[in-house]
Amino acid sequence: MTDIRYTEDHEWVRLDDDIAIIGITDHAQEQLGDVVFVELPEDGREVAEMEACAVVESVKAASDVFSPLAGTVVESNQMIVEDPALVNGDPMGGGWFFKIELDDVADFEKLMDEAAYTAFLETL
Amino acid sequence: MSEETLLTTPLDALHRSLGARMVPFAGYAMPVQYPAGVLAEHVHCRSQAALFDVSHMGQAYLIGANAAAALEALAPGDIAGLAPMRQRYSLLTMAHGGILDDFMVANLGGDRWFMVVNAGRKHVDFPHIAANLPAGVALELLPDRALVALQGPLAVKVLAALAPEVAALPFMGLAEITLDGIPCLASRSGYTGEDGLEISIPGDRAEAITQLLLAQPGVMPAGLGARDSLRLEAGLCLYGHDIDDTTNPIEAALAWTIPKRRRAEANFLGAAPILAMLADKPSRRRVGILPTGRAPAREGTEIVAPDSSVIGKITSGGYGPSLGGPCAMGYVRADFAAIGTDIALLVRGKPLPAKIAAMPFVPHSYIR
Repeated sequence: MTDIRYTEDHEWVRLDDDIAIIGITDHAQEQLGDVVFVELPEDGREVAEMEACAVVESVKAASDVFSPLAGTVVESNQMIVEDPALVNGDPMGGGWFFKIELDDVADFEKLMDEAAYTAFLETL
Repeated sequence: MSEETLLTTPLDALHRSLGARMVPFAGYAMPVQYPAGVLAEHVHCRSQAALFDVSHMGQAYLIGANAAAALEALAPGDIAGLAPMRQRYSLLTMAHGGILDDFMVANLGGDRWFMVVNAGRKHVDFPHIAANLPAGVALELLPDRALVALQGPLAVKVLAALAPEVAALPFMGLAEITLDGIPCLASRSGYTGEDGLEISIPGDRAEAITQLLLAQPGVMPAGLGARDSLRLEAGLCLYGHDIDDTTNPIEAALAWTIPKRRRAEANFLGAAPILAMLADKPSRRRVGILPTGRAPAREGTEIVAPDSSVIGKITSGGYGPSLGGPCAMGYVRADFAAIGTDIALLVRGKPLPAKIAAMPFVPHSYIR
C-alpha cells in the first residue's frame, strides 16, 4: 500500500521517487464544502516548508493550501482548475493539487502517518 | 462567542436532526448548510423551493393611530401610504445620514403595523424606535415568534396547497393564514430574488409547521450559506457589509426607497445630509462588479483603476452558483461607477480585471 503522509492543515502527501504529490484530505474538502475555484502554483516555483502556494475556494470562503515540504513545483493539476468539483469528488486521487521535487526526500518521514492523522482528527 | 452563550431559534433541534452544520451568527446558533451543501441548496431554491429559518430576525408590532407617522420620523419610506396587508422595504436612518438598519414594514390594518429587522441590529433598532415614539404608539416585541422563508418558483404552490389564499397574494402582499390549525402571518416577499413567502409562526408550533412544509414535494431546507449567495446574485444589500451606519442611502443606491413625498417633507431623521447628497451627487457609489476571470473577490478586496490607484472596496463578493461565476458588490469612486467601466480587483496582491455591472446578476423572478 502506498504510504501517505498528512499535515495538521489537512494536506496529504504521496511519494513517487523524489516527487511528492500533494492534495487536501477528505476531511478538508468536507469542511470547505463545494469547491468552486482553485489557484495553483506555477511550474518551477520554489516553495518552503509550509509555504502557502495554492488557494481553494468554496461558495463562501477562500483557504490557503500549504506545501507540506520544501522543494520545486514540477506540475500542477489543471483538471481541478477546469473542474473544481473534482476536489470534492476525489480529494485523494484525481483531485490532487500539485507535485514538487523535494529538496530532501527524508523530510517526508517527518510528517504524520495515517494513524497519527486519524488520531489528530479525533482531537478536533 | 462560545457555543454555550449562543441563543437558539425554535427550530434548533430540527436543524440538528436534519444534519445541519451550525455556526454562530448574530449571537444565534444558525444552520449555515445542510448535508446537501450550499451549491445544491442554492440551485434548488432557484429551481424548486427552499426553506430557510430566519427566526433570529427581530419581529415586532407597532400599534397606535399615529404609528405610521411615528415610524416615518425615523424612516424615509412611504409607510403611511401602505395599503392594508401590504409591505415595503425601508431604512432606519441616523441624524448624520447613516443607516441604522434596513427592515420590512407591513400595514396589518386596524392601526397595527408589523416590522422585521435584522438579527444583528434588533438590540439597537427596537430601543431606538421605542425611545422615539409619541404617546399613544406602542412597540410590542415578538421574541417568541419564529420566521421561516419559503423561496423559489414552487414556494407559492407549495404553501397554497395548505393555505389556498396565498396563491392570490401580490408581491409584497400579506395574508393571515392557518397552518396545522395555527394562525400565521404570510407575506409574499423574501431575500433571494425568487418568488416566495416569509411566514411568521408562533415559536412553540414552529417545528411542527416547518416539518409540514418540508414534507411537501419539492421543498429542501437551506442554510445561511445559500441565503447569502442567493441575495448576492439578486443584488440585495446585507446590513453590516454593503450598508452600515457610515453609508448614506444615496451612495448606497437606495434613493428609490425615499419617495417624492418624503423628499418634499424632509421630516425624517437624517433628512438634511441625505437630501444634500441627493442634490450634490455622492462621491462614491454602491455598484455591481463582475470579475472577468474565475477567481472570486471577497469582502474587503481593494478595487483599483487602470492606473493602479485605489478607487474603492468590495463589500460582498463570492461565487454565484446560478451565474456560474464570481460576482461582487462594493463602493467605487463615482467617476468609475458607470456600467461597463473597466476596473481591477487586488486579489492576493494581483490586479484581476473586472467590470462594473448591472444588478441583479440573476434576474428577479418576483410575481408582478
